[in-house]
Amino acid sequence: MTDSAAIPARREGVGDILLDVRDLRTCFHVMDGTVRAVDGVSFTIRRGGRLGLVGESGCGKSVTALSIMRLIEMPPGEMAGEVRFGGRDLLTLDSNAMHEVRGGEIAMIFQEPMTSLNPVLTVGSQIMEAVFLHQEVDRGQAREIARQALADVGVPDPQRRLDQYPHELSGGMRQRVMIAMALSCKPDLLIADEPTTALDVTIQRQILELIKSIQERTGTALLLITHDLGVVAETVDEVAIMYAGRIVETGTVDEVLLEPRHPYTRGLLASIPSQGKRGYRLSVIKGVVPNPFRMPEGCKFEPRCPYQWEQCVASEPDLIALGRPDRTARCWLRDPRFFARRAAYDAAPSPFEAHE
Amino acid sequence: MSALPAAAAPAASPRPLLEIENLKTYFPIQAGILRRTIGYVRAVDDVSFEIRRGEVFGLVGESGCGKTTLGRTVLRLEKATSGQALLDGRNLFSLSGAEMRQVRRRMQIIFQDPIGSLNPRMPVSDIIGEGLLAQADKENGWGDRKLRDDRVRDYLDVVGLRRDYARRYPHEFSGGQRQRIGIARALALAPEFVFADEPVSALDVSIQSQILNLLIDLREQFNLTYLFVAHNLSVVQYISDRVGVMYIGKLVELADVSDLYARPRHPYTIALLSAVPDPDPRVRKKRLVLHGDIPSPANPPSGCRFHTRCWFRERLGNPPRCAAEAPAFRDLGGGHLAACHYSEEITRDLVAQAVGLSTA
Repeated sequence: MTDSAAIPARREGVGDILLDVRDLRTCFHVMDGTVRAVDGVSFTIRRGGRLGLVGESGCGKSVTALSIMRLIEMPPGEMAGEVRFGGRDLLTLDSNAMHEVRGGEIAMIFQEPMTSLNPVLTVGSQIMEAVFLHQEVDRGQAREIARQALADVGVPDPQRRLDQYPHELSGGMRQRVMIAMALSCKPDLLIADEPTTALDVTIQRQILELIKSIQERTGTALLLITHDLGVVAETVDEVAIMYAGRIVETGTVDEVLLEPRHPYTRGLLASIPSQGKRGYRLSVIKGVVPNPFRMPEGCKFEPRCPYQWEQCVASEPDLIALGRPDRTARCWLRDPRFFARRAAYDAAPSPFEAHE
Repeated sequence: MSALPAAAAPAASPRPLLEIENLKTYFPIQAGILRRTIGYVRAVDDVSFEIRRGEVFGLVGESGCGKTTLGRTVLRLEKATSGQALLDGRNLFSLSGAEMRQVRRRMQIIFQDPIGSLNPRMPVSDIIGEGLLAQADKENGWGDRKLRDDRVRDYLDVVGLRRDYARRYPHEFSGGQRQRIGIARALALAPEFVFADEPVSALDVSIQSQILNLLIDLREQFNLTYLFVAHNLSVVQYISDRVGVMYIGKLVELADVSDLYARPRHPYTIALLSAVPDPDPRVRKKRLVLHGDIPSPANPPSGCRFHTRCWFRERLGNPPRCAAEAPAFRDLGGGHLAACHYSEEITRDLVAQAVGLSTA
């Protein structure tokens, strides 16, 4: 298999670039020093497109989302770079203008629907609050918009639910309410931060199907943040893998999950228990993520990487394009100068099969 | 390392290590100033099965299905409402306090939360040593500080941590290391039976695989029997020999792991397997999406508890039997049990489509 895969056909309705994040850097100044939570992250999402941002705890994926929404507390936080959205740089917008964007053009749903909802307000009044902020309507119209929003996300008996409080709803129902609220102002971009992680598998299935169907119906672009490669595989078209504050691999879902070109991506896939691996030891990524105060000088994954050599210790690679600009990997093995070293990597079996 | 005594070798008797019979654990719901009991949450509702010596018995189900309560009841961390649990033929629920203390050494638990289950004010030597001290007697000599500390360090070694970590405190460790400490604490008493309650759910996937490998190694090294409770079906499939599926306090299916995943016979199991997102983009499933939420175990549906959400009942044209009559948990052959009136009518093709298996 060569790296020069043809550019995959875009889904219908996916248009020009909606969100363009350029060299985003978010750090936190804390007592022990500075944590570079997001360190030079760049990606784009097209109108109607679906991107998954994937990584393990502490990799910076949620901070990336919060930075786009300008929900980082400063200080201790500090942001640099550009977040271009609708022809503006969100990072330089004044707070009133940002208020308009937040919840209006970009909406966000979070992992824990209970803590994101106000426990002392009814579901209806919370959705209506969002509607009033961004649309010129009267009370009756706002209530109707809220009722319709609940109906759209499959909440049974929406009229009655409007007057209920969050504690009267189940976890799956609360997440539907969050989605209804997020979509009530018809945003161009929906950011979903681990939207199903707190839910049971049959409820997760309902919410994933809901997000997909709404996304397809309304043409809202989706930025999905998750640690679950399974959720990624079936919800988005393109994926960016993050490690230690950086994007280490990008491409379409099929490219990245079937032919991972970064050792971290492949390590993650290989460590997932699955049918074929029963009776074999699971492959592991040795060690743990680096201490944020003592990041390696070179490649951030080098201390855990089974393929590392002097080059990886000495300097960190850029994202190297593999045939087309959107298919990249941050690994020296992809540099043509080190072509000869790829043999060991390429010889390893598929991460979906068991190996010793 | 070599000084460690292995747990008792498996006896030749075919008797299962643990037999759970008609177990019920109800929690009272109280209301008003007089705390009058107005009902019960039927967390575990008439469950019977056995765990064979040396096997990994996996128990899966969604939150609130009673899987954790079941394990905790067997260890007498919750009080059983009725039924019995026999360990080597002795009913654990009728043991006196002193007798139970003897038996506790043979049954240990690994908790889900590697942070909450370790006392932040204790060094690792005390966290692991506490159980040893509680179980100290003349024979094992664990009352002696020196001997106890040696044993703690031996077991740190066993779970892949450095011996000198005994002096450190929990906050100095990563999540995966903390879970190793929890495992060392359980194993230091040389148990035969370990109840692992969601032991990898709180861990990142790259750490999860390290802990799963460790649990498998330890089982071989110490002849352990596990009750492994998890909500992650792939993890349970990977580690278990036999698997039970619970729904609102009841076992709905039980079979050998390969049989259960290849030929599930209960509509709920099929829906669970169908719902799992697969990281392999080549896998194509015809997803079964269940309607509605999981009903409350305080007020479970009549008849078959799954009938309110059952996709198969719909296909059969909603036969009245499902809502009227609780299905028996019956053997469909080869020790494959399922609690569905219509298991025989679930075809292989139907399963294959929903679960994404090849029909071959």
